[in-house]
Amino acid sequence: MAVSSSATSTVMNNVEAVRATLYEAMKNDDRTVIIGEDVGPRGNVFLITKDFINEFGAERVIDTPIAEASIVGIAVGMAMEGLRPIAEIQFADFIYPAFNQIVGEAAKTRYRSNGEYTCPLVIRTPYGGGVRGALSHSVSIEALFYHVPGLKIVAPAFPADVKGLLNAAIDDPDPVMFLEHKKTYRLIKGEVPDGHYTIPIGKANVLKEGSQLTVVSYGLYVHWALEAAQQLQADNLSVEVIDLRSIRPMDRTTILNSVEKTRKLLIVHEDNKFGGIGAEISAMVAEEALFHLDAPIRRLCAPDVPAMGYALPLEEEYMSSPAKMAAAMREMVRF
Amino acid sequence: MSVHNDAPSSAKAKAFERHGLSDAQLIAMFRIMLAQRVLENRGFQLNRQGKIPFASASEGHEAVQAGAAMAFERGKDILVPYYRDLGLELGIGLTPYEVLLSLFARAADHSAGRQFPHHYANRTLGLHTISSVIAAQLPHAVGAAYALQYRKERGRAVLVTFGDGATSEGEWHESINFAAVHALPIVFLCENNEWAISTPLSKQTAQPDLYKRAEGYGIPGVMVDGMDAIACYAAVKEAMDRARCGGGPTLVEAKCYRFLSHTTDDDDRTYRSREEVVERRKSDPVPRFEALLAEGGILTAEDAQALKRSILDEANQATDRAESMPYPLPQDLYDNVYADGWQPWR
Ligand SMILES: Cc1ncc(C[n+]2csc(CCOP(=O)(O)OP(=O)(O)O)c2C)c(N)n1
Ligand SMILES: [Mg+2]
Repeated sequence: MAVSSSATSTVMNNVEAVRATLYEAMKNDDRTVIIGEDVGPRGNVFLITKDFINEFGAERVIDTPIAEASIVGIAVGMAMEGLRPIAEIQFADFIYPAFNQIVGEAAKTRYRSNGEYTCPLVIRTPYGGGVRGALSHSVSIEALFYHVPGLKIVAPAFPADVKGLLNAAIDDPDPVMFLEHKKTYRLIKGEVPDGHYTIPIGKANVLKEGSQLTVVSYGLYVHWALEAAQQLQADNLSVEVIDLRSIRPMDRTTILNSVEKTRKLLIVHEDNKFGGIGAEISAMVAEEALFHLDAPIRRLCAPDVPAMGYALPLEEEYMSSPAKMAAAMREMVRF
Repeated sequence: MSVHNDAPSSAKAKAFERHGLSDAQLIAMFRIMLAQRVLENRGFQLNRQGKIPFASASEGHEAVQAGAAMAFERGKDILVPYYRDLGLELGIGLTPYEVLLSLFARAADHSAGRQFPHHYANRTLGLHTISSVIAAQLPHAVGAAYALQYRKERGRAVLVTFGDGATSEGEWHESINFAAVHALPIVFLCENNEWAISTPLSKQTAQPDLYKRAEGYGIPGVMVDGMDAIACYAAVKEAMDRARCGGGPTLVEAKCYRFLSHTTDDDDRTYRSREEVVERRKSDPVPRFEALLAEGGILTAEDAQALKRSILDEANQATDRAESMPYPLPQDLYDNVYADGWQPWR
């Protein structure tokens, strides 16, 4: 982590960390503009950009029509012409109309022009469930995009990572999708170093060292995995927990080093299992480290259903929990 | 670009409305139209010879593109084209050699041989990179216009083009709507050739006058005869001038026609009659413009012949030169996925 001189820090939750980082970006570079729905006087539905419009003006805090394809597409054009847009999709569930602009345009701008045009763009969006958001305010979208070369995707879990990775995303010369788990917005608090710093995109974080099992996760589930691993620690079972932080590019080295040490791998994510991030990690470990493994790789992910339901039992059935994770971890350690 | 109102050079010459275009500019427009036709035919020839896998052409669009190119200020304006815009691109400074590099997919091509023919990217010319995805370029054009307005770069504007089929896409609507809300410096130029591959305009929309949609967005909409180069120049120029000085966007619809099949992979006999095509050929904008210049005493028959010869020579030289250039190397596949240093997984 590249921390600036200041050694002080402030306690914030994730939503405050997003807000503080965006604020600094707006203050420090007048090429930065925020474009999205209800980001102006309302200050975003989670109040992330509250009062920004008063300080930075409506030209830089742009309330758009409800038109996601053009929110991203216009930001692509701005980025091509020298601005540093931060596009917001109000909820990840509404990103589908922008799929073409993200996958077909933003991700390929540099490649198709052989570097003549580039697309330094950040697309921020709240995702994830466990908030009684039902079918259209709960989805995970990372697997739909992580297949796409030319994109970067980050999904931080802690406020300090939110700041460092959002700064890195804003500085990045290529398009970055910045996924914010909405259940962690106010739930997760932590120390955030003051001053400007970045965390490199593509570097995972070993949150807890352990010797008997590697658990890889990201987003909300990192917190639950950590909680579960600590429960096991009480029984002297030693689990290593890796927070991916970046989904693309993915930190293969950290995962492989850990698996070669612990010889067992469990992947937990909120997105459904089929074709999810865990599928790629499993394939990668099978290709690179099969003979280091003492147990089959296991994925603890959402079932293959279209979405979590609104009713509490449906949401709970879809979501994992620290208890479910701890049970899976115990089974694997004992395997 | 300086604009003077030259008097016709011959006493018996027929005067016509030239909207301030000088003789030199009119001849330059004719040159663009000829070069467009020659270079696109070259693409079809190379395809038939088995030398390139694909080509497309814009025969029937020459007048609108030469006219629009004259209304574009080089070094200032930004062009966000679509794939059927060779004349417009030549008209803002793209060279025949660059065209042939694109057709042959050589390493020296702007996309290093990655893109389909006629998908250029040249920042010096203000020429944006595009995909083949219909209407996907419109939001980029609007974003570029926003950047100009945000930086208060008065005197600059964006010209974005598209076909009639593109007007059915959501991004088309979203883009014009946003540009209108913010009164952005942009001109939306529709090259309505009445066909989208095999789909006629009547199946695209129940309102054949596309320019009328402008009213729904609260911006000016104008219709122009897309076979009349000077009228196209005048319409686009007026719209660009308005955009450049803070007057907001305009939708210009140029009614033209696609004389050839959609691409070398299409056969238009499967969906439209020869009679229709023959009938529409009668208003071919290239001979029409040549006749106008001849009658106006601006271009003699000998001058026209010399011009055609020089364009053909240039096209031949460009063909030989580009063909002799190397393909990209296999390892070039891996460049420019991200900024420096990225090694793709293999
Ligand atoms: C989003 C999308 N859908 C379909 C296509 C396939 N396609 C290529 S050209 C074309 C017709 C476009 O017609 P129009 O916009 O009128 O332009 P023209 O080719 O007539 O100049 C279609 C359907 C595409 N390129 N992009
Ligand atoms: Mg058409």
